[in-house]
Amino acid sequence: MSTFVVLTVTGLGLGAMYFLIASGLSLIYGLMGVLNFAHGFFLTVGAYGTWWMESHLGGIGNISIRYLVSALIGMAIGGLVAALVELVLIRPLYQRHIEQVLVTVGLSLAATALVSAIWGGDERPFVTPAWMTDTTTIFGARIPNDRFLEIGVAIVVLLGLELFLRRTRYGLIIRAGAENRAMVTALGIDVRKAFTLVFAIGGVAAAVGGALSNVYFGQVVPDRGTSLLIFAFIVVVIGGLGSITGSAMAAVVVGVSQQYMNYYPQASWHIGNWGLGDISVVLLLGLVLLIRPRGLSGSLA
Amino acid sequence: MSIRQVVRYAGPAALVAGLTCLPWISWDVKKVFPGPINSAGTLQLLALCLVFAGVAVTYDLLFGYTGLLSFGHTLYFAIGVYLPAIAVTRWHWSFTEALLLTAGLGLVFPFLVGAVSLRVGGIAFAMVTLAFAQIGATLAIKNPHNLTGGEEGLGTDYRKLPDVFVGVFNTKYLYWLALGYAVVVFAIIRWAVNSSPGRIWQAIRENELRTQVIGLRPRGYKLMAFVLSSFLCTAGGVVYLLLQTGANPEVTAANMTLTFLIMVVLGGAGTKWGAVLGGVLYWYLQDRFRAIGDSSTVHGLPGVLRTPLSEPLFLLGALFVLVVFFLPGGIAAIGRRRGPTGLRRLESALRGTDSGGPATVATPDQHT
Repeated sequence: MSTFVVLTVTGLGLGAMYFLIASGLSLIYGLMGVLNFAHGFFLTVGAYGTWWMESHLGGIGNISIRYLVSALIGMAIGGLVAALVELVLIRPLYQRHIEQVLVTVGLSLAATALVSAIWGGDERPFVTPAWMTDTTTIFGARIPNDRFLEIGVAIVVLLGLELFLRRTRYGLIIRAGAENRAMVTALGIDVRKAFTLVFAIGGVAAAVGGALSNVYFGQVVPDRGTSLLIFAFIVVVIGGLGSITGSAMAAVVVGVSQQYMNYYPQASWHIGNWGLGDISVVLLLGLVLLIRPRGLSGSLA
Repeated sequence: MSIRQVVRYAGPAALVAGLTCLPWISWDVKKVFPGPINSAGTLQLLALCLVFAGVAVTYDLLFGYTGLLSFGHTLYFAIGVYLPAIAVTRWHWSFTEALLLTAGLGLVFPFLVGAVSLRVGGIAFAMVTLAFAQIGATLAIKNPHNLTGGEEGLGTDYRKLPDVFVGVFNTKYLYWLALGYAVVVFAIIRWAVNSSPGRIWQAIRENELRTQVIGLRPRGYKLMAFVLSSFLCTAGGVVYLLLQTGANPEVTAANMTLTFLIMVVLGGAGTKWGAVLGGVLYWYLQDRFRAIGDSSTVHGLPGVLRTPLSEPLFLLGALFVLVVFFLPGGIAAIGRRRGPTGLRRLESALRGTDSGGPATVATPDQHT
């Protein structure tokens, strides 16, 4: 029982990070039809921004405050970088989807290589506030506290995004733009401002994921973002392209089943490490495509 | 044979003949190659360039001719690299048996994956193929039952390999093998894209809905292209394995597929010579950039310049972005003014006009 609880909560924590990447991907795809391959890089920006800031803050306040401040700055950098990418690289290729995708591919490769040229390709340890690595006992299972932080933040981001999309004027423009961009433009609204906005929002969400991934993994690496991105893609397709709530549901399913499959088959049948967690998630994706090619919820944001 | 045909085949034939003779030429071209042309180092570099020229052509069949943006092509390359290595080294099979197994799975596997992933079109197809390729990357890293060697990779048991392909002294045979691979792949794919299914692939690329309307089933034809391309790519993996005398997990990573994509776009997608040019150029540049990064000139530069120059992937990624921006037709389009080339022609393929896939929820203003 306690193993089950640990696996579930850890899976939810991982799912939270998948969701933070997938929500931005989904939003950007829903509005602009662009698959943003550089989205994992935004997570890396958040992770390295947080790490760099924290190691340069010195002895200001206690470690929790330093982490919070660094994470906020990391988020700001993530949003800024994302907005810049949209303005400089994506906007000039307006309406040329394939070139936009390829530009993000090139950016992702070049930027990850640059990060590894500057700070080295190996892991760097990340200083985590002690209370996050402490454990809380639930149903006899000792669970590191940071898992609750990740889940909590992801829920806040989900609710925030939903409120933003449903209750604000900008959210209305984004939803309308995803529905019928030509009509929104004809009504005299500059949809391109919304493009920069969704990129910035997606960048901030991914950077939040980056700041959390530092705690989850206890270290930073240049290809953190790109390796999480693959699973975020799976989440986006299972959840249905363009749907935020679909992404949230799929992130939970993917994160949790990944943890179960990584542990149970190996523990009960001693079959060696086949990485079944990752493989089962891919097979799940195949299954969803066979049954419901549009994903769990085939609607737009 | 008419004069026109002679002229048409004379150029390529002369090129192949010239390349065949390279192992007998001992010129030392300073800075262009690591050593004299017939030295093992240079022949190895040239052989790898040729292997990737062939692999890039297989990718171009998917991307440039059928309009399928796959992000998982390296899975089939990795099958060709890892499967013979495992069969020979871990299971102690003979090389022939290993090749038969690889050929068999090299057909069955893309058929299964293609059948599932071609249910979606456009961008979703890209993501799904990426996910399937992740299986290969996972197995290579996790090293189940010590099969794949994990991050260290897996060396091949050289006693099981044909003698001519073993040892530095025999690099010229490996070079000829790589040349043969590139020529055969090029010939097969030229033949295929000009055959009647080949015309349909290009029709699918131009407008999938219209091919459906005239009563064809695009999915079957796309699957055909997918299996052919993947199988030839697997063959390239085997040649790569022989050249590198071992399997390394890098070939399973998503970045490898992106490398194929960059090669094709760099040379010019959907053109006769583009992919070949791109494959050779990319691999050559990567090798040379690494040499430049290690050279004393770069080490003397201030940190701001030195850091990016020491990373070949940074330079290549940046070069790729520039090509997409300023030369979307690739190198093959230089000097050509007529009609949209390369990426511009592929635009409609990615918008997903097929039935059922998530990509059909594309923005309604796609026809404006």
